Amino acid sequence: MKNSTMKKVLKLTKPYGIFIAFSIICALFSVAGALLIPVFTGDAIDYMLGEGKVDFGVISTKVILIAAAAAIAALSQYVMAILNNKTAYCICRSLRNRLSEKLHVLPVSFLDSHASGDILSRMTADIDTFSDGLLMGFTQLFTGIITIVSILAIMFSINWTIALAVFVLTPFSILIARFIAFRTHRYFIEQAQTRGDETALVNELIEGQPVLKAFAAQEKSLRDFDEVNEKLRSASLKATFFSSLVNPSTRLINNFVYAIVTLIGAAFAISGGSAGITIGTLSVFLSYAGQYAKPFNEISSVVTEFQNALTCAKRIFDILEEENQTPEKEDPVSPPVEGNVSFKNVCFSYSKNRPLIENFNLNVKAGQSVAIVGPTGCGKTTLINLIMRFYDVNSGSINVDSCDIRSMTRHDLRSRYGMVLQDTWLSGGTVRENIAYGKPDASDEEIVAAAKAAHAHSFIKRLPQGYDTPVVASGSNLSAGQRQLLCIARAMLVLPPMLILDEATSSIDTRTEMKVQSAFSMMMKGRTSFIVAHRLSTIRQADVILVMKNGKIIEQGKHGELLKKNGFYAELYNSQFAR
Amino acid sequence: MKHLIESLKKNRLQSILAPLLKCLEACFDLAVPLIVADIIDNGIAKNDKHYVVSRFFLLVAMAVFGFACCVVAQFFSAKVAVDTGADLRHRLLAKIQSLSLKELDKVTTSTLITRMTSDINQIQNGVNLFLRLFLRSPFIVLGATVLAFSINANLALIFVVAIALLFLIVFGVMTVTASHYRRVQQNLDNVTEITNENLDGVRVIRAFSREKKQQEKFEAANSILLSSQIEVGRIASIMNPLTYVVVNGVIILVLWLGAKKIDSGLLLTGNIIALINYISQILVELVKLANLITQLGRSAAGMNRVGQILEMESSMEFSGETGADLSKSDEALCFEHVSFRYDGGGADTLTDISFSVKKGKTVGIIGATGSGKTTLINLVLRFYDSTSGQIRLCGVPIESIAQSELRSMISVVEQKARLFKGTVRSNLKLGNEQATDEELWNALELAQAADFVREKPGMLDEPVEQNGANFSGGQKQRLTIARALVSKAKILILDDSFSALDFATDAALRKALRTLPDDVTVLMISQRAGSLSEADLILVLDDGKLAGKGKHEELLKTCEEYREIYESQCSGGEAE
Repeated sequence: MKNSTMKKVLKLTKPYGIFIAFSIICALFSVAGALLIPVFTGDAIDYMLGEGKVDFGVISTKVILIAAAAAIAALSQYVMAILNNKTAYCICRSLRNRLSEKLHVLPVSFLDSHASGDILSRMTADIDTFSDGLLMGFTQLFTGIITIVSILAIMFSINWTIALAVFVLTPFSILIARFIAFRTHRYFIEQAQTRGDETALVNELIEGQPVLKAFAAQEKSLRDFDEVNEKLRSASLKATFFSSLVNPSTRLINNFVYAIVTLIGAAFAISGGSAGITIGTLSVFLSYAGQYAKPFNEISSVVTEFQNALTCAKRIFDILEEENQTPEKEDPVSPPVEGNVSFKNVCFSYSKNRPLIENFNLNVKAGQSVAIVGPTGCGKTTLINLIMRFYDVNSGSINVDSCDIRSMTRHDLRSRYGMVLQDTWLSGGTVRENIAYGKPDASDEEIVAAAKAAHAHSFIKRLPQGYDTPVVASGSNLSAGQRQLLCIARAMLVLPPMLILDEATSSIDTRTEMKVQSAFSMMMKGRTSFIVAHRLSTIRQADVILVMKNGKIIEQGKHGELLKKNGFYAELYNSQFAR
Repeated sequence: MKHLIESLKKNRLQSILAPLLKCLEACFDLAVPLIVADIIDNGIAKNDKHYVVSRFFLLVAMAVFGFACCVVAQFFSAKVAVDTGADLRHRLLAKIQSLSLKELDKVTTSTLITRMTSDINQIQNGVNLFLRLFLRSPFIVLGATVLAFSINANLALIFVVAIALLFLIVFGVMTVTASHYRRVQQNLDNVTEITNENLDGVRVIRAFSREKKQQEKFEAANSILLSSQIEVGRIASIMNPLTYVVVNGVIILVLWLGAKKIDSGLLLTGNIIALINYISQILVELVKLANLITQLGRSAAGMNRVGQILEMESSMEFSGETGADLSKSDEALCFEHVSFRYDGGGADTLTDISFSVKKGKTVGIIGATGSGKTTLINLVLRFYDSTSGQIRLCGVPIESIAQSELRSMISVVEQKARLFKGTVRSNLKLGNEQATDEELWNALELAQAADFVREKPGMLDEPVEQNGANFSGGQKQRLTIARALVSKAKILILDDSFSALDFATDAALRKALRTLPDDVTVLMISQRAGSLSEADLILVLDDGKLAGKGKHEELLKTCEEYREIYESQCSGGEAE
């Protein structure tokens, strides 16, 4: 699993191959500089042996060499950092874009069943951690590996026995690092998951503040939060502590290596002879052994960061790889717009064991209006989900103008409908942009006309900046009714051949509602419309009334017919007067 | 910053021990070269193998002891860091909960969430690194400088200049980047906000086939985020190369000036090596320090943003205890010349409202969209304080009622039904934790919600998803009504709470509500005049003013606005 995530991460870096190649070249230069400066320094020191025995000619050459090496190393460090930044952040941007894009092609059912806070936390916290890991990886992995290889080469060229000891012993620090990383991996997963849970909870608590305040439930909710917070605390403690063991452990091994090098080196120096080494060589060795260990420390910390990053990457890929809504047909049909809708043996349920709509048949001719009535929770919203193809039917088919809606593109299908939902969602942006949501190139005249038709014009004019007033996403600057009016204006502007009105007028006061109703009937003239209705007036005017109960259409017909039938509809109708 | 210290205080011992232990470990690190020098000078020079072996074991012992110190220090740092994070999250949420809506109106949900999550994460990381490095690194820098002075004060002056220069670079870069990091965070907020919008509005976006446009909007915000990230990266990346140049400058100066001193017999060759070793050590620690400071910069930016919220003062003060007896008066609610204006609002939302209600009565509130109905309710709940005038509850000025008492007196069914993750039971008990199952079922029965709850496999223990996503709009609304009934408050507010109900359920509910105990006062906002016709008092709001008050029949005669509403509904075929 981890390998496949790794592969996917590598694939992400592909477009930045040139950057990475340049970055590696820069790493080479900066390491070369860093390793050469001690050599030049040592050389210079060799020419200052004591009073009166200083060769200023050689020293000035060496000093110039040091300056040049430092300048080149500094420049390459800088270029490398810029390149790595760019690579890591660009990858994150494309991940974010892909994630956002994905949200638009995921089935609505996926979004309905996943907490938005969790998805948000993948978009922000997870991608952040991923980019940190990536950035560290790029910067330190290259320089680390290059340093290790170069130093190893130099050591072997000086004395292969000691070099071999270093070479054999050092991998232990990698082993330990890997071992710890392996163990901490699951703590990081736990941490990321609890963090997602907590974000979801916080989201809910913050949005629910008015309710929590009204019920004086702040303390209780704080207790709930503390429970999750405590889980997160202990998960992070484990993740943070165990991952921070990597550095000291590798340092421990390195200190052992250092001690052993000293021991062997000293033994060689004491025994003398052809295998012996001078004290000077030993000190060079020790300084390189120290430098050799450093990149191992860095690489081990990179490994933990990278683990962390991979965990987060997996959570991001999980969403990216989630199955899309069924793809569009390759040769979609686009029947001429008339407005006929028919349901043929439609069966649908959200979960297999609880059937909702079974064997539903209905023919709606162009221009007819269909009122959907029934007790709450009877499946009215489900019907809209199916008509708009937010969900696909399990069996049977829904046809628009004698074509199965699954053989049309979603865009084509949905553009035939104007929709006003119970949930008055508005986009961030100005009032004007919101009205023109379905037709961004609409002229000002069209926008004002639609607003007037929806009786929104007068309140919009009273807003501080009129049509240019920004709509806050949480919508606190507009009342529920005003938002609903904007939603209606939004639908008015597009005025497609078919309409879906879901309890559209429920939070508008009756004076406005009457005007909206008249605008609606004007709009509905010649248009096929589906209305989830509460108002008797709407129901009476409908060509077909669908009476729903428990997800089934139990009665259908006109108002008068249904009353005569004296069934469930009559019961519903009469109960209205039983006040 | 003071908020951070307050959190750290809870782990005072660990916060102090962690850096000290790291210092101890640093001492062991510093001693290693000395011992090696000792081996060379005494062991090798005197061909003493036993001495070499004994020093070898000393090195190993020190490594082990250093490791032990470090492990304990890492544990303490980790513990302090995560405790601090958890504590800050707790305090932040507690603060958010304590703020009045007036303050919360000013901050969006998404900024609160980033503060709660990524900002506090940054702080947590910062604390962890800080405890691990803040003593250790300066300790080594200082130690090396002191040793340099002991070798040659003249050359050591170069060190002083160099260290000053290094600090200048480090802090200069930090200061510049701090404001940039803030901008990065703001841009990240925007990206989060748009994502949130896309998630909430999925149906509308797809209905209008606006996926592409929304994606463009997202990508634009994302690109702005990217360019701000790259810009801050560019500035931050200057630091390491610049410090590198300074350190090598020092090496060059030490070599050149040192050579002159050696030439004139003022310095030994070995001393040059020592000096160069010290500057290298200083560099290593300064790089760590720089990284630490980079992280601290981010943490400080995060702490600032968290602090902004923690420092927000609730503009409303609740008295700790209610002075007067609330049961004495037979008046339930009274408004006297109450006016209200939202912060930054151009005009009054409510103007000069006066009315009074006796206990046990039913009040209907009707008016056009935006006429101030919900605002009036918000004042009764004391989510906001009135700008002028006085509100009395049970004969007592609302300001002098303790918060807990006020909230338990009133229960409300909001316009937008909102449930919380948990179970049906946990949601119903929100306002009354002592409620028995019987009471819960009674409330469900009254709210016409018993049937569908009974049909759920878990009944009262049926899980409720975030925002009640697994219940339909109407079911959610009835559950919120039941929730309000469970709290057994003396004042029940229904803010257009039947909007998602079909007329049959609506009617049954109204009938059921009439069976409430006699002393319960009901405030009912409705769009339908018919629903209010039996109310003891109807308030007609028009553009924030009280256009009329009285009973149905009176208003029909005296109040033009009311008549208009009523007639519009009659012609709509809804008159009863």
